[in-house]
Amino acid sequence: MSLQVENLTVYYQTLRGEVHSLEHANFNLGDGEIMGLAGESGCGKTTLGNSLIYLAPPMKFIEGQVALDGEELPVWDIERMNEFRFKKISIIPQYAMNAMNPTRKIGKMISELLQSRKINYKELLSVIKERLDKVKLPHDVLNMYPIELSGGMKQRIVMVLSTLLNPSLLIADEITSALDVSTQKSVAEMIVKFRDCGCMKSVIFITHDVSILYQIADSIMIMYAGQLSEKASKETIIHSPLHPYTKLLISSLPKVGVKHSEKKLTGIPGTPPLLLNPPVGCRFRDRCPLAFEKCLETPPFVEIEQGHFLACWKEGAPYA
Amino acid sequence: MLKLDSVSKIYKIGTFGGKELCAVNNVSFDIKDREVVSLIGESGSGKSTIGKMILRLISVTSGHIFFNGENIASLKNNGLKNYYRKVQGVFQDPFSSYNPIFKADRVFRIIHDEFYPDVSGKDWNIKVEDSLRTVGLNPDIVLNKFPHQLSGGQLQRFLIARALLLDIQFLVADEIISMLDASTRIDVLNLLADLKSRGLSILFITHDLSLSYYISEKAVILYRGNVVEMGATDKIFYQSLHPYTKMLMVSVPRLDMKWQENVEAKIDRTMQPGGCVYYERCSAIEKNELCAKSPPPLVQIAEDHFVACFGYKP
Repeated sequence: MSLQVENLTVYYQTLRGEVHSLEHANFNLGDGEIMGLAGESGCGKTTLGNSLIYLAPPMKFIEGQVALDGEELPVWDIERMNEFRFKKISIIPQYAMNAMNPTRKIGKMISELLQSRKINYKELLSVIKERLDKVKLPHDVLNMYPIELSGGMKQRIVMVLSTLLNPSLLIADEITSALDVSTQKSVAEMIVKFRDCGCMKSVIFITHDVSILYQIADSIMIMYAGQLSEKASKETIIHSPLHPYTKLLISSLPKVGVKHSEKKLTGIPGTPPLLLNPPVGCRFRDRCPLAFEKCLETPPFVEIEQGHFLACWKEGAPYA
Repeated sequence: MLKLDSVSKIYKIGTFGGKELCAVNNVSFDIKDREVVSLIGESGSGKSTIGKMILRLISVTSGHIFFNGENIASLKNNGLKNYYRKVQGVFQDPFSSYNPIFKADRVFRIIHDEFYPDVSGKDWNIKVEDSLRTVGLNPDIVLNKFPHQLSGGQLQRFLIARALLLDIQFLVADEIISMLDASTRIDVLNLLADLKSRGLSILFITHDLSLSYYISEKAVILYRGNVVEMGATDKIFYQSLHPYTKMLMVSVPRLDMKWQENVEAKIDRTMQPGGCVYYERCSAIEKNELCAKSPPPLVQIAEDHFVACFGYKP
């Protein structure tokens, strides 16, 4: 097991109280696994990703344990996490490609970054060049400014940068969302390629686009309003999901070959609950067609089959 | 209803406007009554520029746009106001379409003051509420709120409701669902389809092919300002001819099919002056010297199917 997360609960401290954006997250990530994390905006995907690497205020650690390669990660301690960040666990944050310093050439930027971690740029230069070859970028990009590069190229540089020290875990947060379909495909395929050649062990791929996950992920985890709903292999999630939310979500996706005039798709009625004072029990209750009294209690996230986890009283019942 | 006749747009770029960038090059197509046409292309292909030209937010460098037979460039004052009564646009980012210091329903009040000053406040409120219900919102919940108190989907539907308050015949929908979540996305799409059945024509600008297939009858594929292929949606999706369209089709992430081995798309933006715009990236076997020298014309291959590629003869 590469990553083990137990009971991780993270709130946001606001003036009006605590926002319960991640509650009792329990999951494991195998070696070499690419796990897709999907859900609506505001469901806590990014919170989960960030809490594993940089749990800074207003985020507030409540409880939970995280272990990476058997070693405990002190996620609640920003200082102590420095040893792990970038070396063991790395992140490509949302919009990272737009956060490059426009006044620095790419090479200079990388060298400054490595210096801050007390690593010699010259020694790593051969690795950097080899990685640039892998993502099919010319070595000249090191002498270019970010403005000279296209979105896909910048995204690939960020990818090279975050995986330079062969981390155990890479968190990729919405890295394909702002790209065109063709670039999206090549960036997503690079992630798989990097995993295959051992540039990183496992990946949490955060996105709202389930169809990309079906192409590249091994497993998919679905979140809803701060709670984990379902985790299973991608085939199971796409073709035979059990959680009512996953079912509705998958069936609402437009597919090539489905026309409005022939088959009308439906969305999910209702809106997610506010996470400041969230309702007790299953948070999908109000929108769920199957809800019954028992849903007033929070359903546990349990393994119902090998590798298939589910948090639902109704659908999980036959397996309990 | 709307007709674009060899429309081009050239932007002046560079420090002193010394360089020129041809954002839209000689684009012609028409949109009939009750028709949804999707305009597909990657970023920088000129799809939003076309939308803005139709809305007269920017001028046309050459060519003409006709709305019900009337050249829209000649419209002035009252004529232009009448045009906006019939043609409206909704844009990508619902959050930046509002002024955050005012309540969101100010957009309705502006329409009232500008276009219907004679309607009494009471009647107007009824009209606003009707229009909100049409787009699937509950007026009691969404009225009297600030933009930050509403979700992206609600704000986007607000803007559609605003457009519906006018008696519109034509809607330019510029990437209106790319910022929305999967579960709300389909509601907005269905709403557009309902509007179509009530007699509205829509120009649906998008880069998501499955959304465009779901809703439109006709698709126009743009590449760097040029129409490379256009025709009935089914033909574009299942009998795509142009190498660019084919490349797009295999790149779409789908739920019923895995990506095939990567067809390496060479991304080189240097332009062959005079040649086919897609020349540098084209991987077709038929690619020849002719492609580098002169731009291929848009020719009709079959009924309702046009392509701009030397590989195909009419």
